[in-house]
Parts: sequence; structure tokens; C-alpha cells
Amino acid sequence: MRGAFSGHRQWSPAWRDAKPKSAYDIIIVGGGGHGLATAYYLAKNHGITNIAVLERGWIGGGNTGRNTTVVRSNYLYPESARLYDFSLKLYEGLSQTLNFNIMLSQRGMVTLAHSRHDLEAMARWANAMLMNGIDADLLSREQVHALVPALDLSSQARFPILGGFTQARGGTARHDAVAWGYARAASALGVDIVQNCEVQAFVGANGRVVGVETNQGRIRSERIGIAAAGHSSVLAKLAGFRLPVTSYALQAMVSEPVKPVLDTVILSPATGAYVSQSDKGEVVIGAGLDLFTSYAQRGSFSVMQNTIAGTLELFPSFSRLPLLRQWAGIVDVVQDSSPIIGPTPVGGIYINCGWGTGGFKAIPVGGWTFAHVLATGRNHDLAEPFQLDRFTTGKLIDEAAGSGISH
Amino acid sequence: MMQLACPWCGVRDEPEFVCGGTTSIARPALDTSDQEWGEYLFFRDNPKGVHRERWRHAYGCGQWFNVARDTVTHEVLSVYGICEPAP
Repeated sequence: MRGAFSGHRQWSPAWRDAKPKSAYDIIIVGGGGHGLATAYYLAKNHGITNIAVLERGWIGGGNTGRNTTVVRSNYLYPESARLYDFSLKLYEGLSQTLNFNIMLSQRGMVTLAHSRHDLEAMARWANAMLMNGIDADLLSREQVHALVPALDLSSQARFPILGGFTQARGGTARHDAVAWGYARAASALGVDIVQNCEVQAFVGANGRVVGVETNQGRIRSERIGIAAAGHSSVLAKLAGFRLPVTSYALQAMVSEPVKPVLDTVILSPATGAYVSQSDKGEVVIGAGLDLFTSYAQRGSFSVMQNTIAGTLELFPSFSRLPLLRQWAGIVDVVQDSSPIIGPTPVGGIYINCGWGTGGFKAIPVGGWTFAHVLATGRNHDLAEPFQLDRFTTGKLIDEAAGSGISH
Repeated sequence: MMQLACPWCGVRDEPEFVCGGTTSIARPALDTSDQEWGEYLFFRDNPKGVHRERWRHAYGCGQWFNVARDTVTHEVLSVYGICEPAP
């Protein structure tokens, strides 16, 4: 308040920009949402505060600042449902927990059905969610119309809308606020957040890690957690192991801000449109993946074109909205579209990766379960099915069908 | 827009092609261990830098070919036949 009433000149830093010490109990590589949440829960749930979060760029500048800010838990399989719903529940209390407004808006997430087969698939999907104790409501065409009047529900529509389903507890949260809220709370508990600190090598002895070499010098630690999303394979290579991960560019874009027109999140799997409106008024559009390996945070024009075309078929009135910005993040896609949270083949190194196109919604649970394994050496119950060894045993949790968007 | 040079059709825009992922992965013997089979099926180098991958000219001649491409700049460094060793 004081900051706001004095021309924004009296703000004090929300968190401490630290210089690295020579040693820590635990080092977390990656200062995105997952890394910062991990540090916070290590301090809060496990009382471990001699921790550093090392970030190559600036905190929340990777995928945490590049997503479409949607939170939901509309997953198909029991293991994923438990995981993502725990995350959504943490989100529901997060503003209070962190004493930082993350602007959670549970405006509902509507998935559209464009054919009889879509309707049947959605009935199955919604029923699976209900069986897993997660809210889901099937919608008739009329109910969709009442919820989202801007949609083209005419019989001439290129993709006729026959109905859909909604998760009313889904919605959006302010992505930067999530990063900053966790950073502020972790910093207040004594965590060192070190920016512009790139891990260039791991230091090992007898098959165990004993520290990292960074551009700010060597830092000792016998427990290291990697939470680096699209760059997980790069760090794994430095540490001497491989991952079942492929990095792709996933784009998003926003229009110029306009008055309120859309108060839910809309997903149309058939057209690839993933649309919501930010509190600022921008129409936020999520696109599909560029389906070739990429570490370039750009995204190709043809994908953008397809996404816009699909969006305009659903919302003809958006055709005159100028796009303001377009960008891409590098996402870590795993064969079964499920995460990996646990130990690696290198002693002392743990990894939290594989969230692919859906990491933002999972930040709280990613941090919670990753902190648990880093602190105790044992997998958290929720994370037990999500281990690297599932790619040897074959016990995959194939959410590619259930997670809501093709990838 | 990224462009690829199909060995049969010449330079075309990327949307005409489909990427088949990392190329030249040798399949282990069928009696191999679960560990090695899992490695073969799922684990990839996923390099930041030069990646050797296979592409198919799906909306053209339909042929497969190999490409060495930088995954940061998207620069195509070489194009070679699907059965040829990497240059």
C-alpha cells in the first residue's frame, strides 16, 4: 500500500538476491516455479534452510514466465489425478500460505466436444475424474452457450459445438506471482536465491556428487536437485546420465487488452485452441508443439497460424484483435506425458522433470514432492509411480490421452 | 520459417515435412535386458546443439532422409540419405 501511494518509489525488494556461499546442505539447479517451490517446502516442511537455488538467468524467466497460466487437475489415471489435484488444492490456499497474492481465479475450464465421438470420450474422461474424486460436469450445447456466449454455436460453424465438460475448480493464476511468492517466502526462511549462476559441471567422487562448478565458482553440496524443464537433458549429460526426455518449443501468444469477453478457460482439443482472458484483458492463446527437437524459444510460424485459425473458428469476433506478443518455452516431453520426480543413476543427484507442456499447474506439488525426496531420501507417496525406472519396467502412466492437449 | 532440402524435391518449407526424431538408433537383440530395451525405446541424447534426426517429406514425395540440424539455431548442417552414415 505504501508503495502504491507514493508513486511506486518506496518498494523494498521482495526477496534477497544472494551471492553463493562455498557449501550448502542442498543445491537446487533451476530457479523456476518448481525449483523455488522446492526450496520453500524444504525450508517450511523439513526445516532445511541451508539451501541455494541456482538460476542461470533470472528467476521465473523460463517456462514459469512463458505458460498460459492455467491450473487444472482434469487427468485420467488415478496416479496423475492424485498428483495434480494435490497441486490444485495447494494452489487454492497458496495466497494465504505465502502471504502473497497469486491471483488465483477459479473461473472454470471448459473442454469442447465437436462430434459424437468427442461427447463419448468426454463422458468417459469426466467420469474418470469423478471416480478419482475430482469435480467434473458434463455440459450440453445450451450450457456451453450460456457459459461462453462469444463462441460460434451456429449450425454453420466449421467445428460445430455439441457440448463439452467443465472442471469448475480449474482456472488461472498469475504466473510471475507464483514464482515471486515462493521466492519471497523461501528467501524469508533463509534460502539463498542466486541468479546469473550457471551450472557448468558436476563435481563427483566415488560415483556420488559432491558439488557443482558454476560461473560464480565451485559450490559444495552432497545433495543436488535438478529442476530445469527443457534443459534437463543438458544437465543430465553434464552429470553423466540420460533421460527419456525430448525438448520441444511450445508457443503462446496474447492479443492487445480488451474489455472482459471470456470468463472461463476454453480448450478445444480438435482445433488446438486453448484460450483464456487475462485479468489485464489480453486474450491468451496457447498453441501446440513444434514437433521437432528445439532449444530455440521462438516457435514456428505455421504452428501459430494453425492455432490462430482454430481459435478464430471458435471465436469469430476475435478476428480483429491484433496480437501483441508471441513467444515460446522449451518443454521437456516424456513418452507418457507424465513427470519424473526422484533419484537419478548418480548418487546424490535428484531430478524433477518431464512435466512437458503442463508444468505450471504442477508447481506446488512438484516442489512439495521434490522437497520430500531431497530431504528424506525417500520418494513421496504421490511421486512413487513417477520414477525413472518406469521406463525399464514398462509401467508407464500414459496421460497423452488424458492430459487435455495433444502432445 | 525453417526450410529443409529434400534430396528428391529440393528446398521446401518445414510444414511439408514430419520429423521422425533421432536417427540411426540401433535396435538391440531381442534377448537383451529390460534396462537396455528401455534405453532403446525411450532414452535419448536430446542434445542442445547438433542433432542427427530423420525427416519425411510427408506432403511431397513421401521419402525419408537424414538431417544434421542445430537445435538452437535450427541451421541445417547436412542432409544425407536414410541408409547413409552420418557425414
